[in-house]
Amino acid sequence: MPPSPASAAAPPLAAQTGVKATGFGAMLQRWRVPLSVLALCLLPWVLPSQALAVNVLVFGLFAVGYNLLFGYTGLLSFGHAAFFGGGAYLTGIAIAHFGLGWFPAMLVGVLGAGVLAAIMGALSIRTRGIYFSMVTLALSQLVYYVALQASAWTGGENGLRGFTVSTINLFGFTVDFLDPVKKYYVLMVFAALALWFVSRLLNSPFGAVIEAIRENETRARACGYDVERTKLIVFILSGLICGLAGALSALHLAIVPLDTLHYQTSGLVVMMTLLGGAGSFFGPFVGALVFLLIEDVASLWTSHWQLIVGLIFIAFVLFLPKGIWGTLISRRTQG
Amino acid sequence: MTTPLLSVENIGRSFGGFVALADISASFAPRQVTAIIGPNGAGKSTFFNVLSGVLPPSTGAIRFKGKDLTGLRQHKFVHLGIARSYQITNIFPELSVHENVRVAAQAFVARYDVFSNRTRYGALDEKANAALAAVGLHAKGHRTAKALAHGEQRALEIAIALVADPELLLLDEPTAGMGPEETKDMVALIERLAAERTILLVEHKMKMILGLSDRILVLHHGRLIADGTPQSIQTDKEVRRVYLGQNDGYA
Ligand SMILES: Nc1ncnc2c1ncn2[C@@H]1O[C@H](COP(=O)(O)OP(=O)(O)OP(=O)(O)O)[C@@H](O)[C@H]1O
Ligand SMILES: [Mg+2]
Repeated sequence: MPPSPASAAAPPLAAQTGVKATGFGAMLQRWRVPLSVLALCLLPWVLPSQALAVNVLVFGLFAVGYNLLFGYTGLLSFGHAAFFGGGAYLTGIAIAHFGLGWFPAMLVGVLGAGVLAAIMGALSIRTRGIYFSMVTLALSQLVYYVALQASAWTGGENGLRGFTVSTINLFGFTVDFLDPVKKYYVLMVFAALALWFVSRLLNSPFGAVIEAIRENETRARACGYDVERTKLIVFILSGLICGLAGALSALHLAIVPLDTLHYQTSGLVVMMTLLGGAGSFFGPFVGALVFLLIEDVASLWTSHWQLIVGLIFIAFVLFLPKGIWGTLISRRTQG
Repeated sequence: MTTPLLSVENIGRSFGGFVALADISASFAPRQVTAIIGPNGAGKSTFFNVLSGVLPPSTGAIRFKGKDLTGLRQHKFVHLGIARSYQITNIFPELSVHENVRVAAQAFVARYDVFSNRTRYGALDEKANAALAAVGLHAKGHRTAKALAHGEQRALEIAIALVADPELLLLDEPTAGMGPEETKDMVALIERLAAERTILLVEHKMKMILGLSDRILVLHHGRLIADGTPQSIQTDKEVRRVYLGQNDGYA
């Protein structure tokens, strides 16, 4: 069961809302942003490699953005690679072709992904269930083929290259962006800001509206909410966050592989979100962490690591449908 | 007669070739309880769906306080003052009872507020508590909605509608699936609500309707076959013919 963000804030009346908040659950709720930032700070030192830490950061944020739409609003999109990849490509293109600095380039990536989300959302939001999934999938495939064909801009099959950022200027300080640790912490600041925003949104009145829509769309509409418009706003916000994750990925890798836009990337974020626990705040990061760790370890043993990941995923869907974090949370709060 | 709160003119609704509602015209005065009866499939719920914006009418027009509602999107209806309950209980099952009503009240003050904290709108909690008190659920605010008894869930749905402070309340079989005790409570609740609001009520329980309503409309095969006081409906030949052999407790 998704935690009710409201239960954290004010004790007497808010305690009546949503799930009963026990001491531990309420503590987690109240401190969820500082706690996740702390965890992200420690990541490079507890994981086997720096590269893995950055991947968890980037895909965790991707899953957080996706979770807003899927976990909290209940819309199963199969096209989120378009926003992740779109953010990455536009950031890269802004640097490689227009000579923009890393920060304005990131803004281009994020806002571009937002525009893409507005278009895809407007075209898909009125369809329901499997049709929604299929329309988002088809539209993201369209983006994929555009990137494949426009090779003068995107590098086509070879991916986009040639936009390495070696130093960045932060408030007058020059930071060596080739140093993986420094780079990690710079990227982390943006992820932390996005997490703060998502937490704030979930605590807001708007957060209550999207919860209501996920719970019962018909009732939400009868209560006077413009369900279509609300969904479109969530779709765009989700696209912006996934675009930010893509932009961070581009800055980190200094290359955008064409696969970033492939539907497998859309599938990946669904799996990570489900694995960690859809509709929970920490779930997406936990899912990304576990998924990438399994991939990291299993790919050392065997070239068939995808099979192992697949089996684990199936086991989770069958036996722990709330995901890892979602299960832990419900044990604590109901036990 | 005072100016009507609601009037429908030649309302019709078809699904494909099937006519579920045909050529209904009627006006409803404020602060009256009107019951809508008719055999299964008569078009009662379809009539409510048209009145609450769930379905646009295929023909005809709806006027509410002189304003033409035809073609308006559903979420606007409650803002104009028309709220409803559904034949099949329609609540937010995983939310707490309090939160069910609070989120309904929130639709009138904050629909797109992404930045402030929910607790900023403290007045909503009082509104929610008042609506819950009105239906006798004030002691159960902390419970998860789906854990309530059937009758309590029906009452919760009415609290959700009530918190909108609607002038017109549409209740689609509010006592469906209830035993005699729960039904009695519901009747008492509707009587209390009727003092301040205009109520349209779909029901099958004839005894209850005769006691509650100022007026009865009878639908049959999507047509309005009778419209009058409970006394006149009871003696109406056409109504008797339609209900003959039916076991709706009418006879
Ligand atoms: N969305 C729809 N699509 C197709 N047919 C519909 C739809 N809604 C209702 N109908 C049909 O319209 C007719 C009237 O249905 P309606 O639900 O209005 O009846 P009712 O009078 O409320 O009956 P009951 O007493 O069983 O609730 C039925 O034959 C039903 O099958
Ligand atoms: Mg019905």
